[in-house]
Amino acid sequence: MTRSGILPFLAFFAYVLAQVLILKSLVLFNTAFCFLYIFFILLLPLEFNNLVLMLIGFVLGFSIDIFYDSLGLHALSLVLLAYLRNYWLSAITPQGGYDVGVPPSLSAYGLQWFLVYTIPLIFAHHFVVFFVEAAGFHLFWYTMLKVMMSLLFTLTVALILQYLSMDRRR
Amino acid sequence: MQRLFSFIYEYRAFFTFLLLELLCVWMVIENNQYQSTKYFNTSNSVAASIISTSQNIREYFSLRDINQRLAEENAELRKKVDQRNQMLYQLDLRPIKDVAIINRFDFIAAKVINNTTNNYKNFITIDKGKRHGLQPGMAAISEAGVVGKVKSVSDHYAVLISLLNIDNQVSSKIKRTGHFGTVQWDGVDPRVIDLKYIPRHVELKVGDTVVTSGYNAVFPEGILVGVVKNVKLNEEAQFHTIKVGLAQDFGKLAFVEVVKSNLKQEKDSLELKTIGEPK
Repeated sequence: MTRSGILPFLAFFAYVLAQVLILKSLVLFNTAFCFLYIFFILLLPLEFNNLVLMLIGFVLGFSIDIFYDSLGLHALSLVLLAYLRNYWLSAITPQGGYDVGVPPSLSAYGLQWFLVYTIPLIFAHHFVVFFVEAAGFHLFWYTMLKVMMSLLFTLTVALILQYLSMDRRR
Repeated sequence: MQRLFSFIYEYRAFFTFLLLELLCVWMVIENNQYQSTKYFNTSNSVAASIISTSQNIREYFSLRDINQRLAEENAELRKKVDQRNQMLYQLDLRPIKDVAIINRFDFIAAKVINNTTNNYKNFITIDKGKRHGLQPGMAAISEAGVVGKVKSVSDHYAVLISLLNIDNQVSSKIKRTGHFGTVQWDGVDPRVIDLKYIPRHVELKVGDTVVTSGYNAVFPEGILVGVVKNVKLNEEAQFHTIKVGLAQDFGKLAFVEVVKSNLKQEKDSLELKTIGEPK
């Protein structure tokens, strides 16, 4: 936590800018969106408690909303994600427990654990985003397609970034 | 009392969660109202200047395409002016004297700095705002056809509610037969829009032109929406199910013209007097 006085702030802005300047216009097959910004919440160290996570989630989601002209939508889904994160983390504690001060990342706990950790949370987030935006279930299968495609896209980009940052550390 | 506080304290995470989510839900609902939320969108000056810079960089890569289209539009307009002049010369028409009718609509050209087509609720940000005379409720068109309505304005920017927004409805008609309906996007294909409320006795053909009706005083009459692509008539249905191919390719939108209707206020206040408050 000592070196990370200013770093999380920079990361916050990096995530927001990357999301609204690059990833926003990157939509595959009309259905696959990349909401990489949620990994800011997912990759915060374990010491963060629910309250702090939710407040960060709210601010981050709100910033994204300003650029997406969708006031409240991303804040809503990201607060949900932030709320669920710690419960899910304690439900899937790996053998030997978690290390203190280490972010729950791919390099720390391995690919299998990382997938188990991220997929349900990403799904919850995307599910809320798309169904709240559609304002109901009248386009259920098309919206579901969007959810699944976006889940794949977000996860793929996140995994690539995880592997890239892992190599740098070694 | 002590119990209550300790209960709330124990479940403080859950209550904070509820509070934040309620706040978000309220914002979502508030944002769905037409002409709402003034500051927290892309017309906000900080957000707008960031995406405007990004758009300026991106624009260099599509300049050739944009120039081409503008040149084509220029040529088309010049041809029309020339034809009109010829017609006037031959028919010796009396020019319209009423300046108010001639200047019924003003057109304000603006550059698109932000545009999406893949969401259910798409918005377009343009680089003209209150300073240039824009107000919520004005229509936006392009050289190809209808684009949307102004949702909110800041000093230098405005957010349009795109035609590709499941909440946006535009009064339209079929040019050939003159029947009125409403176009509304179904949220799936950004090239296709639905035309609703055309009664079943109307005989439609694939290829019929759909234009704005001018009943709402937002859009001038006769602005192109698209061309009928597919007509279905179910056994029990009262209305046709019509798919219209959009004239405007929203993926390539670069410039729009905002229509300032100078007689809108007069029309609205007259209607208010006779019909009463609109729904």
